[in-house]
This record gives sequence, structure tokens and C-alpha cells, in this order.
Amino acid sequence: MTGWRSETVTGWGRAKRSECQVARPETQSGLPDLSVAAPAIGNRRSYGDAALNDGGKLIDMTGLDRILAFDPEIGEVEVEAGMPLGTLVRLYAPRGWLPAVLPGTGFATVGGAVAMDVHGKNHHKAGSFGDHLTDITLIQQGKARRITPKSGAIWKATLGGLGQTGLIARATLRMKPVSGRAMLVTERRAMNWAEHLRLLDSSKATYVVGWIDCTATGSALGRGIVEEAELTPGLTPPPKTPRKVPFDAPPAALSPPVVRAFNAAYYTRVPAHGRTLVRPLDAFFFPLDKIHDWNRLYGKRGFHQFQCVVPLAQADALRAMLDRIARTGQASPLAVLKRMGPGNGNYLSFPMEGYTLAVDLPNRPQAERLIAALYAMTAEAGGRIYLAKDALADGAVIKAMYPDHAKWLGQVEKADPEGRLATDMIRRLDLRRLP
Amino acid sequence: MSDTWIVLGATSTIAGAFARKLAERGDGLILAGRRMDALDAMATDLTERGASRAEPVSFDARDPGSFAAVLDAAQAAGGTLNVAVFVGSMPEQSAIDADPALVDGVIADSFTGPTRFLTLALPVLEAQGKGTVVGVGSVAGDRGRLGNYVYGAAKAGFATYLSGLRNRLGRAGVHVLTVKPGPVDTAMTRGMEGLPFMAQPEAVADDILRAVAKGTNVLYTKRIWLPIMMVIRAIPERVFKKMEI
Repeated sequence: MTGWRSETVTGWGRAKRSECQVARPETQSGLPDLSVAAPAIGNRRSYGDAALNDGGKLIDMTGLDRILAFDPEIGEVEVEAGMPLGTLVRLYAPRGWLPAVLPGTGFATVGGAVAMDVHGKNHHKAGSFGDHLTDITLIQQGKARRITPKSGAIWKATLGGLGQTGLIARATLRMKPVSGRAMLVTERRAMNWAEHLRLLDSSKATYVVGWIDCTATGSALGRGIVEEAELTPGLTPPPKTPRKVPFDAPPAALSPPVVRAFNAAYYTRVPAHGRTLVRPLDAFFFPLDKIHDWNRLYGKRGFHQFQCVVPLAQADALRAMLDRIARTGQASPLAVLKRMGPGNGNYLSFPMEGYTLAVDLPNRPQAERLIAALYAMTAEAGGRIYLAKDALADGAVIKAMYPDHAKWLGQVEKADPEGRLATDMIRRLDLRRLP
Repeated sequence: MSDTWIVLGATSTIAGAFARKLAERGDGLILAGRRMDALDAMATDLTERGASRAEPVSFDARDPGSFAAVLDAAQAAGGTLNVAVFVGSMPEQSAIDADPALVDGVIADSFTGPTRFLTLALPVLEAQGKGTVVGVGSVAGDRGRLGNYVYGAAKAGFATYLSGLRNRLGRAGVHVLTVKPGPVDTAMTRGMEGLPFMAQPEAVADDILRAVAKGTNVLYTKRIWLPIMMVIRAIPERVFKKMEI
């Protein structure tokens, strides 16, 4: 039997919170009854309200994190939904296998990665998380249902589907063979926006990402560091014990002068002619996981992350957005620019061919105004917003950005007719017709 | 030769966290418990995490007939034998009042079952002259509380047994660790509101492993329970009998 506990559940940005009853089952047999009642959540790495259900119930899946089967011939691993992706890296990289797509945090669970169809620094080559799954087990109205890429509409509605097509209980990943246990990383300065895009466009590397200095303006607008990486054999020092942020930081911690100074130092740490170094896998894929609870650096009010993608031809629109962000001086040091490959046709998956920009903004009234303006500019450019990051969008805008929303809704209504899996995000964006 | 651990009550949350840490350092595991389907799933997971062996064996603390098979499996595995006891059950005191037969089960799960099992294992442990026995009791065994004194009495009995066992096995070179956890965030405690100083199962497992390495005799986890229980044990009975804690 599983009990329920009252908990204040927040998104990773800590700007949104909800009072929920949370269960944490530890065996699969404990699941079907529960699934009738509530949405599932993992390690709560979505920034906004995707994993929140104010006044309702939630099923915390982190107690269901077992490896169910592994085929060493082809690198297929079936896991329970609560398995963190970082654990798979730790266990299988030494045996020559790596999850084909990894998001920026190893704490993200497989269930969450399915529900958001997450992407990584290799999106332009590898697509998104769902492109490397062979099956998913959903629990729909108390009954287990195994789906595969051949299942058609329900598969497309489940990847990136915000957990609304049934409780995501298990999934099988097709990992990729790797010879190395380290990353060979080349870092290069990009002096401005044009050079930044040129470096991203011309890169042939498997993993490519740009760090962008959102405080640089004028002729330096868009400056940053482009990081290209390949897996490499090699030894790296053993991992250090993670550090923690023991308290909520004061508001000054990320004030504009501090961020400007930090960014300048971060930029010049890479020599003008670039440099190449060997990094451990986790340091490359999950750079912030070394500091537990880093979201507390933003203080009690938390923060928002703005992430959009715009078509390649709309790079100028993205530049205009960056200019706007830079001129307000609100951005934190965490800002990323990346070129994405084509989308995969899943109904609510975020990636599409183009450039994606992600920027963290401390939660202040002016941040909400800025984000509203950026959302409008994204819509104007024919781009879209990443729901894993969103806490502020308007439903009509999101539906226009995701033209397959109606197809998704059709599958969701069949899978969960009573709307029991709806979350705060679903209600805020009015993504479902709820009783 | 590597270590082999018998884990009694392997499907408990704390045992699960403990077994994972043993698996990641390559130890062999004999997973003893009642729910074979859960043990099978656990065994697959632990093997993938690095256990040199993970073998599910049916075990019921209330059925001494099931004990020998567990020991046999461990001996077949070879290596240094270690035993970790996580079994126990805690029905509501009111449920016990309504059905006194429940007392036997509580005592068997927390006290007589593991005691009888360890008595069977004694010759092997003494003969090998090394290894560790981890016995998980509870802070509830330090004083008879209004809310769960049958459970507490069983854990107190087990703690006293472990103290004697330590005295005996210590002479042979085998270490006995008594673990007294406070409330731990498990399926068992999820429905209960307002438990103080709740510990995470992974942290308890870390504490146990550290205590095994250091040769600690009695471990309170979280550590705050050591001073708390010193105070609670020191309260005179004439005062304690009027308290509700």
C-alpha cells in the first residue's frame, strides 16, 4: 500500500509552486490503481508548472528506477520511468554504451525525457530522445499498454506529450556504442553574433553548443564560446563529491554587475586562438549537476527560463530577441545558443530545424514583461517555445506554435477521458477540454 | 575473494538502497524475502549495477523452514559471508489490540525470526573468523512508547540479542553492528504525517556502510537520535509513564 503525503511541489525555476498529495510507489505492482488518479512526475527538472498539480495528487516515480533488462549485443536497456539518465551514463559508459541523447542534467528521469522528448548538444545529428526508444509502457486507465514507433498516433502523442497519454511506466532505450569514456572538447571564442552563427553552421562535430554572453551589447552582441566535442578514449580523474547550495542566495548574487563581471571572465578564460581539452563525460553533459540545488542561487523568488527555436531563415529575429535581452540587463550567465536539426513529427515535440536560444532570467516583474515580449517575437518569427521551460505562456499562442495540437488532443482524450492526468500547465495553457 | 551478503528483508526500502551500494562495489548478494517477483526484478537491476552475483531466495521470518535455503545459497556463492537483517513489521497498536494474534508476527519478524536465522549462521561465521553482521533495530526499541510498544519490545529484544552476539562473535573476529534508525522516508512511513528528523534511505545506507568500515558497534541514524535517545532513556519511569512521545 502506498500512502500520500502533503508536499509543496515546485518546478526547477521555483517561481511556480503547488500544494499536492504525493505518493511514491516502489514496485510496479503498486502502480495501476494509482495511475487512475494522478499525473506522474520525476526529479522535477521542468522549470515551470509541467509537473505541478495544485490541490491535487501526483505520483513521484523516482522510487521506480530499476533496470529491467539489458541486451549487451545491441545496447538496448529497458528501465523503469524513474531512472535518472545520469545513472545510465555512470553504469553503461564503462561498458561501452551511452544514451544516444542526453539533456543538460543527469537528474532528468527517463519518464520525464519521454514526456518532454528532450534534446541534447547533438540534436543536429541524433534528433531527440524519442528517436532512440524502441518501446514505452503506458498505464492507461489502470491497464498496461506497450507502444512502439509502429503504434503511430499514440507514439507521436506520447513523445513530448506532457504525460497526458497515460502514466509512463517503463521505456526501452537503444543506446549508442562508444569507445571512449571522456570528451575531447574544443572551445573557440565567437566575437559577435555573425561569427557565433558561422561557427555553429560550419561545425562538423557530433556535439556542438554555444555559450552566449547575454550582457554583451552593440558590436559585441552575441559574443560567446562555441564548444565542439567528440567522445574520446582517455582517462579522467574520478568524480568529485557534488557540492550543495545550502541556502537561498540574496538578490545581489545575480545582479547585473556580478553577471557582467562573471561573463567577461568566463569569455576570456578561453584563449583568443581557442583551446582543446579532455573532460569527463558527466562534466561535459551535465556541467551544473556538480552543484546540487543550484537553482537556489536565484534566491527565494526563483527564476524563469526562456527557450525558443526559430527557423534558420529567422536568425535575424533571434538576434533581435538577444538584443532586447541584452539591453534590459536581466539575464543570468546561463544562456545557450544551438543549431537544431529537423524535427521528428511528434505532435508536441519542441525541436525543429533552426536556432534555439535558452536564457535564465531571475523572477522579477520586469522578467515577465520581457518574456511576454520574447514570446510574441518568437510567434512572429514562426518559432516555438519549449514547454519544459515555460511557466508564463498564453494557451492560444502555444496552440498556434504547435499545429499538431489537435491530433495530440485526440489521442489524449482516448487515453485519459476523465482528465485525471491534467497538470497545472495543461490547465494554464488550456491544452485539454477538462470537465 | 569478494564479499557475499545475505540481505534478509531485501525488498524493504532501506535494504534496497543498501544492496545497490554493495552491488556497485561488486559484492555478491543473496536477496532473501517473501515477494519473489519483486526480488527477481531487484536481482536483474543489481546485476546490471555491478553485483558479482544477485540471487533471489524465498525467505519468511515467520517460517524457519525457509532459512536453510538462504544459507545454502550464500555458501554456494563463496566469498566472505556477511549478513544484513532488515526484516520487521509495524502494525498499528490499535490493530494489535483488536487482534492479539498479530503480536506473534511482529515478534517473529523483528526478533525471533532473525535471531533463529543468525543462530543457524553462527557456525559459518565463527569458522571463517571475519565478516560482518548488520542488524537493523529501531530507536523504538530504546523505550516502550505508547504508540508502538509491541514493535518496540521486539526491536529491544533483537538489540539485546545483537549485543550478546557481538560479545561472542567479536572474539572470533566477526563484527556485529546494531543499527537504530529513526523515521526513514519509505513506503511504510509515507502515510504518516509529522515524523521528526526523517532520513532518506540512501543516507541511511551510506551511514551503515561507513559504520561497517569503521567497526562501529551501535549506529543511530540520523545521528541526532543518539542524544535524543540518551535523554529519553534517562527519563525516570514515573515521569515517562505520563508522557506521550
